Amino acid sequence: MIAISPQLPILQIVVPLFGAFVTGFLRRGSTAFVVALVVSWIMPVIAGALLWQTLTSGPISYALGGWAPPWGIEYRVDVLNAFVLLLVSSVGAVIMPFAHRSVASEIEPSRQAWFYCMYLLCLAGLLGITVTGDAFNAFVFLEISSLSTYVLIALGRDRRALLAAFQYLILGTIGATFYVIGVGFIYLVTGSLNMVDAAARLGPVAADQSRAIIAGLAFVTVGLSLKLALFPLHVWLPNAYAYAPSVVTAFLAGTATKVAVYLMVRFFFSVFGVAIDFRALPVTEVLLALSIAAIFVASIIAVFESDLKRMLAYSSVAQIGYITLGIALANQSGLTGGLVHLFNHAVMKAGLFLALGAIFFRLGTVRIGDLAGLGRKMPLTMLAFAVAGFGIVGTPGTAGFISKWYLAIGALDRGWWWLVLLIVVSSLIALVYIGRVVEVVWFRPTSSALRQAADPPPSMMLPILALAAATIYFGFDTNLTANIAAAAAKMLLGGLR
Amino acid sequence: MVALQTLAEHYNYAITIFLMVAGLYVVIARGNMVKKLVGLAVFQTSVYLLYIGPGKIIGGTPPIIDPAFTVYSNPLPHVLILTAIVVGVATLALGLALVVRINEAYGTIEEDEIFRKDGET
Repeated sequence: MIAISPQLPILQIVVPLFGAFVTGFLRRGSTAFVVALVVSWIMPVIAGALLWQTLTSGPISYALGGWAPPWGIEYRVDVLNAFVLLLVSSVGAVIMPFAHRSVASEIEPSRQAWFYCMYLLCLAGLLGITVTGDAFNAFVFLEISSLSTYVLIALGRDRRALLAAFQYLILGTIGATFYVIGVGFIYLVTGSLNMVDAAARLGPVAADQSRAIIAGLAFVTVGLSLKLALFPLHVWLPNAYAYAPSVVTAFLAGTATKVAVYLMVRFFFSVFGVAIDFRALPVTEVLLALSIAAIFVASIIAVFESDLKRMLAYSSVAQIGYITLGIALANQSGLTGGLVHLFNHAVMKAGLFLALGAIFFRLGTVRIGDLAGLGRKMPLTMLAFAVAGFGIVGTPGTAGFISKWYLAIGALDRGWWWLVLLIVVSSLIALVYIGRVVEVVWFRPTSSALRQAADPPPSMMLPILALAAATIYFGFDTNLTANIAAAAAKMLLGGLR
Repeated sequence: MVALQTLAEHYNYAITIFLMVAGLYVVIARGNMVKKLVGLAVFQTSVYLLYIGPGKIIGGTPPIIDPAFTVYSNPLPHVLILTAIVVGVATLALGLALVVRINEAYGTIEEDEIFRKDGET
């Protein structure tokens, strides 16, 4: 009998991959759903155990197939990626019960089993990117998750979903290829693909090989910026989110971009941090400018969107701006803020998209003009929407406030009081687009078209309420989020010389 | 003269860069979706060359340990690129499948015509 606890890192991949294999053979959607549900609920347990291990006894190194790193592939789990693993798997676990009815109503019966197969593949890919310590292995998982994501988006009802999936395929592949070019440069200079080993080898050669390293940094940055939808490389995101099935949108908003952000943080601080004086290439300045542009441009576009899914998609672009802002600040509080927002935004945005999924389930539309007075027909759903929405705005008492608080402190530590002002002003824009929805659904007379509307069945309602409750909970108890993010930020900045 | 010599010594990189930029240009400039995918495939192929080229060491033999040889070529890039080729094939296949579905739904694979049709509805 093999002890299970040393094998936990690889189980992060094996369990969903095996689940995807099994669902691939199933014909009935509801059987596949049960498999997907079981897998989704196992994952947070494993991730929680990993996080516990890293917090109590330091980073875990797992040599895949018994080949010692740096020759073999190493799965390396430290506080940062255990945190991201827990986030991704928890979002997947909370969303899964919602999927059953939502998928049943939005996807043809013959394709439902395939949907769960693709979903589990995507989950395996995302967890794989997070858990691996090998730069090329991360590329393979990046493509596994991306390819399954393209399929998931194309399953949307509207024919524009196909177009959105195709556009994402083109841009996503360019992004992943840029990433692999960057990894190629690192490999040419260091002869190593292991992130820790490459970082150690980059240090001594940084002085004489700097051009190849800087080219590698540039390619990795641009490639991952495409995947994480950093403004102005976000063009694929609004259509992909708007036309994908509701569950997929909620899942992607909570996980896919977050994992790309994680990989970027990993490369910036763990791999390049030791080798590159960031003054050689103005990465943080460019990132800062693009983050601020993302926050403002995308928020303003969101204000004028009438399709709520697109509105929230643009809001996602803006919120990713806050996360990259934290990376650009690159100091203890700023990076903590970015990482906390990574978590908080995933929770809040998944909640918002699930609420939209529930509305779509009942009404078949999410255009703001059709939703007047909906708050009286679907009170719980709209209450959850409002709570998570105010979390996005950053109202005190919600999770969003915590992240913006840390970001503001990070900005003040740098002496950039104007940035604090920008954060406050941008929050007001978010208040406009969220407040607009709240006004329409609560303060307008209920239109007769909504007579049939009611809160969705419990299997859909509970995930929404859980995420809304989490929005408030993480606004008060910051042990899980801010403290771990602070520990991760400290570890990352320790690598930066 | 120096530039010419550098080019001659590193001609594999010149080819790689040419393919890379040509592929990317086709992806951006062409409205036909199949042509876009062709460009994407060329772009990805250039990366295969970027990896494989430096793996060859002049005078090196295949990496099979034998007392007669001391210099071996690096086999790892080939293995990596084998994986990347699989990924590339999967991407191309999925892309073409999407194009087939788009053609069924819209009756065309030209991007501007598709945007026009979506504008009407």
